[in-house]
Amino acid sequence: MHLANRPLVTALCSAVALCAALTGCAPQAEEKAPDRAAGATASCAPGKLATQVPGKVTVGTDKPAYAPWFSDDEPSNGKGFESAVAYAVAKELGYDRDAVVWQHTPFNSAFAPGAKKFDFDINQVSISEERKKAVAFSSGYYDVRQAVVALKSSKAAKATRVADLKDVKLGAQVGTTSLDFITDLVEPEVKPAVYQRNDFAKSALKTGQVDAIVVDLPTAFYITGAEVPEAEVVGQFAASSGDPERFGLVLDRESALTSCVSGAVDALREDGTLAALEKKWLSDAVDAPVLK
Amino acid sequence: MTLHTAPAVHEDGYVPSERRIARERYRRARTRRATAIAATSTLVTGAVLFLLITGSPGWTRTKETFFSAHYARVAFPQVMEGLWLNLRLLAVCGAAVLVFGLLLAVARTLRGPVFFPVRALATAYTDFFRGLPLIICLLMVVFGVPALRLEGVTTDPVLLGGAALVLTYSAYVAEVFRAGIESVHPSQRAAARSLGLSSGQALRFVVLPQAVRRVVPPLLNDLVSLQKDTGLVSIAGAVDAVYAAQIIASKDFNYTPYVVAGLVFVALTIPMTRLTDWVTARMDRRRAQGGIV
Repeated sequence: MHLANRPLVTALCSAVALCAALTGCAPQAEEKAPDRAAGATASCAPGKLATQVPGKVTVGTDKPAYAPWFSDDEPSNGKGFESAVAYAVAKELGYDRDAVVWQHTPFNSAFAPGAKKFDFDINQVSISEERKKAVAFSSGYYDVRQAVVALKSSKAAKATRVADLKDVKLGAQVGTTSLDFITDLVEPEVKPAVYQRNDFAKSALKTGQVDAIVVDLPTAFYITGAEVPEAEVVGQFAASSGDPERFGLVLDRESALTSCVSGAVDALREDGTLAALEKKWLSDAVDAPVLK
Repeated sequence: MTLHTAPAVHEDGYVPSERRIARERYRRARTRRATAIAATSTLVTGAVLFLLITGSPGWTRTKETFFSAHYARVAFPQVMEGLWLNLRLLAVCGAAVLVFGLLLAVARTLRGPVFFPVRALATAYTDFFRGLPLIICLLMVVFGVPALRLEGVTTDPVLLGGAALVLTYSAYVAEVFRAGIESVHPSQRAAARSLGLSSGQALRFVVLPQAVRRVVPPLLNDLVSLQKDTGLVSIAGAVDAVYAAQIIASKDFNYTPYVVAGLVFVALTIPMTRLTDWVTARMDRRRAQGGIV
């Protein structure tokens, strides 16, 4: 009602002023575009890639960084499988240890649209066709198997087949393929519990709120070996049909580095570096029985 | 608020004057004009905002990441299934919080030296749980209580999470009730006592009805807040609407499910807000007529 007292002009002016204020913000977004386009012409010359910070390679990962992928929650110490892989890839690209900068990138923001702050992200991210619509992946650096961890005292510990897990209360971390294995392969009768972090899943396992949790195999061995000794690895899932599940390095969808990084990963696989790192950091993850 | 008096001919033969009719006509014209200006202004703002956003360089990418029809279809049923958990928690916890909060507030405002321990306990409770971050309270209850391995105590994360919500929210709500109780003028109590009502009767029939009526808007505010916080129970593994969205979003790297969940919550909050407005307006009217007290 009280608008009646204000002239038409004021109302329109305020609208126009608001628009003008917003338009003022717009060019910032546009400035980024030419930069990235220029980067697209870069080649894979060692140490001369069009990285975020010239002369350095910025690697993203989440915090906390879990063992056995990282060690002591400190990616820059070179210990743990993924830390070692990141340094190996950087070296292959022509950047030595000092030129690697680690950056905290929460899982959820690794796939946010818009410019990325990392050159590549290493965070146990499984490659999938759906995900490729949002980000680019390097070649896979690790073939991953999913495994079931249960308290030794629970009924889930006796499972030998996938069907034995149907009436078991299962848990997994959100955003993992572990959860897909539960929903697509096990198809349990009880709704699975989904946790924000593996830490919460472990707590729930310890307190008996879930009978078993599904994690990737190396994590499973780390949990039973170091964190929840009263639990055991029940078994691993056979690889789902078709391509095996692989972890890949995450890059911006428009990143010019993708082919270079993929090339580096491929070279590391060819010369046996990846196998050696796997043996060194994940050697436990060998012979868990396969759940048929 | 403008009061409109109908200019129509009344049973008592009242005929509005020419001057009055002209005045009413003028007023209506001004209203129409205001509406037109507001509509035009809104349209212009909307159009410019639309063009600005759709014209931005990253729009196509943003559109497919946040507003993908495909993912909206995938997410909707699962988000709704999660929302059912939110609604059940809201109903049960909401009722429990109101009862428990009122009890706490009454305990805190009891008079007489004999009640000192009750007052002290209630004060300590509200101080502690109002200060304790909800997420920590949830973690402690949800993972801490089962760790005690007590016989007969549930390990169900939803029940435990609900209990944690009640613990925290009843502390907030108790303070709201207390403010209401203390806003009732002491003369009310004195008058009630002088009429022969006992202390308990004075509280029940004189003080509380006035106190509760005064704090309905802030209470509904807390209820809306509780509605959104019911989702935090998902920290214990239960899947609520927001979490259902997150599961899809992080599986396929698309944010559309979050937008769907957000809209669902907004759609839920709007009726609650309108209800708050309606209740407030109704009470204001009553008070203006001198209906209460």
